[in-house]
Amino acid sequence: MIGLPFVYTLAGMTFLAFAVLSLRDASNAKRWGNGAFWGLLALSMLAGDRLGDFANGLLVLALVAIAGTGQLGRGAGGTTPEVRAKRAERYGNHLFLLALVIPATALAGTFGFEHLPGLVNPKQVTLVSLALGALLALVIGLAWLRPHPAAPLQEGRRLMDSVGWAAILPQMLASLGAVFALAGVGDVVGQLMAGVIPEGSRFGAVIAFTLGMALFTMVMGNAFAAFPVMAAAIAVPVLIRQYGGDPAVVCAIGMLAGFCGTLMTPMAANFNIVPAALLELKDRNAVVWAQVGTALPLLAINTLLIWWFAF
Amino acid sequence: MSEMWVLSGIAVMVAGFVLCFNPLLVVVAAAAVTGLTAGLDLHAIVSAFGKAFNDTRYVSVVWIVLPVIGLLEAHGLQERARGLIAGLKGATTGRLLTGYLLIRQLSSALGLTSVAGHAQTVRPLVAPMAEAAAERQKDLTEDEREQVKAMSAATDNVGLFFGEDIFIAIGSILLMVGFLEQQGIILSPFELSVWAIPTAFAAFFIHGFRLWRLDRRLGRKEAGQ
Repeated sequence: MIGLPFVYTLAGMTFLAFAVLSLRDASNAKRWGNGAFWGLLALSMLAGDRLGDFANGLLVLALVAIAGTGQLGRGAGGTTPEVRAKRAERYGNHLFLLALVIPATALAGTFGFEHLPGLVNPKQVTLVSLALGALLALVIGLAWLRPHPAAPLQEGRRLMDSVGWAAILPQMLASLGAVFALAGVGDVVGQLMAGVIPEGSRFGAVIAFTLGMALFTMVMGNAFAAFPVMAAAIAVPVLIRQYGGDPAVVCAIGMLAGFCGTLMTPMAANFNIVPAALLELKDRNAVVWAQVGTALPLLAINTLLIWWFAF
Repeated sequence: MSEMWVLSGIAVMVAGFVLCFNPLLVVVAAAAVTGLTAGLDLHAIVSAFGKAFNDTRYVSVVWIVLPVIGLLEAHGLQERARGLIAGLKGATTGRLLTGYLLIRQLSSALGLTSVAGHAQTVRPLVAPMAEAAAERQKDLTEDEREQVKAMSAATDNVGLFFGEDIFIAIGSILLMVGFLEQQGIILSPFELSVWAIPTAFAAFFIHGFRLWRLDRRLGRKEAGQ
């Protein structure tokens, strides 16, 4: 059955190619750093399950040491705007069709593999479809555009270098969440929040819940981590059991109040920091700032929606 | 009160981000402080972090799309996206991003969350298009260019977050069903997902309003020039 091992192997090969190409890039003064960084990531993808927990931990420390001491650089090169403009004219709107191969394959795979049971692990069908889409688009692109065979990996590495250390920040933060859980951070925060609810005020309790969801999500970078803590501390004992609120309304909209927190935190790196790197923005937090104006009013509306519809 | 010390990791995170240290260093420091205050030894902390890192590798898989995106960009994808917008009469940054917001919300509501994203669509298509539209509205300053790009990424996030919970089989809905079941409250995914609809509308109108205002700002400066 095709599943995560296939996807991890593909990702490992891609990072390995990035590492080799980095090492051979004489225009990058820090090529050893780049080579080691992407190489270690390739090792994690290819052999992470065989390394054992402690060795994986050391691998993470090595990645952080490379990035934290500023050993990641960027090489020169790439296509010039003139060349790209000329090619854009030549290939025209067909470029969009090729760009749409990835989402189209993801779409077809998500629905299609349901009808072929046993072929793809149903729990991992999205990632497998994404990987297949990337492969398919690559094959079509190579056949149609006829670039140098190494060109896609070279261009991909250039994009990867522009993202730099931010590439592994989402995975690092997800891992930090696991350490927080192990240390019982959620229980302590839940007790704290339960302690600040104003006695006898239903609206006050609703605010404590939605605000708590948003704030704790900002700390954890993930509403999934905040929900069980806040729901166990406030939603279930106070809003649902004490005041008789509708659990469907309280929980569904409470989760969305958490999503408002996701919009306002650098901890949600894959949504907020990675795009800033991908778009090569000067301010690392530019996407967060762009979202605050939507997140705050929406948080207020979510609070009101629970207050109106749950009771 | 001694259990409050496990919160010191959170303090490290906040301080680290505020002081602009490299976030990777901050995360490791926070993990170490949290683990130590919870009474774990260093070996246990490194192992716990390594295990979690290995278990969450799927988060970093998205980078496999970069070779294709890089190939397309080298062959003029961004330039073509700009050209397309330049040829469309009436295309403004605000209208374009509002259209994208609607598409992203609707497709996410159908469960198609990874059809679009920052690497797949925002960097190669949406951001260059929004930038090209803004360039037609006025000569952009460096700050305005950044703002338009950041808003493109923000629009993708808003569309994803406030569309996906309408779909019954998304992770957060299943998490809530499972949690409530443990608490003795039995709900179907559908009962929860319908309550994502009011917020989805509110998100569309609030963010749409902000995009309309962005358009006004970009457009008005042109009239004053």
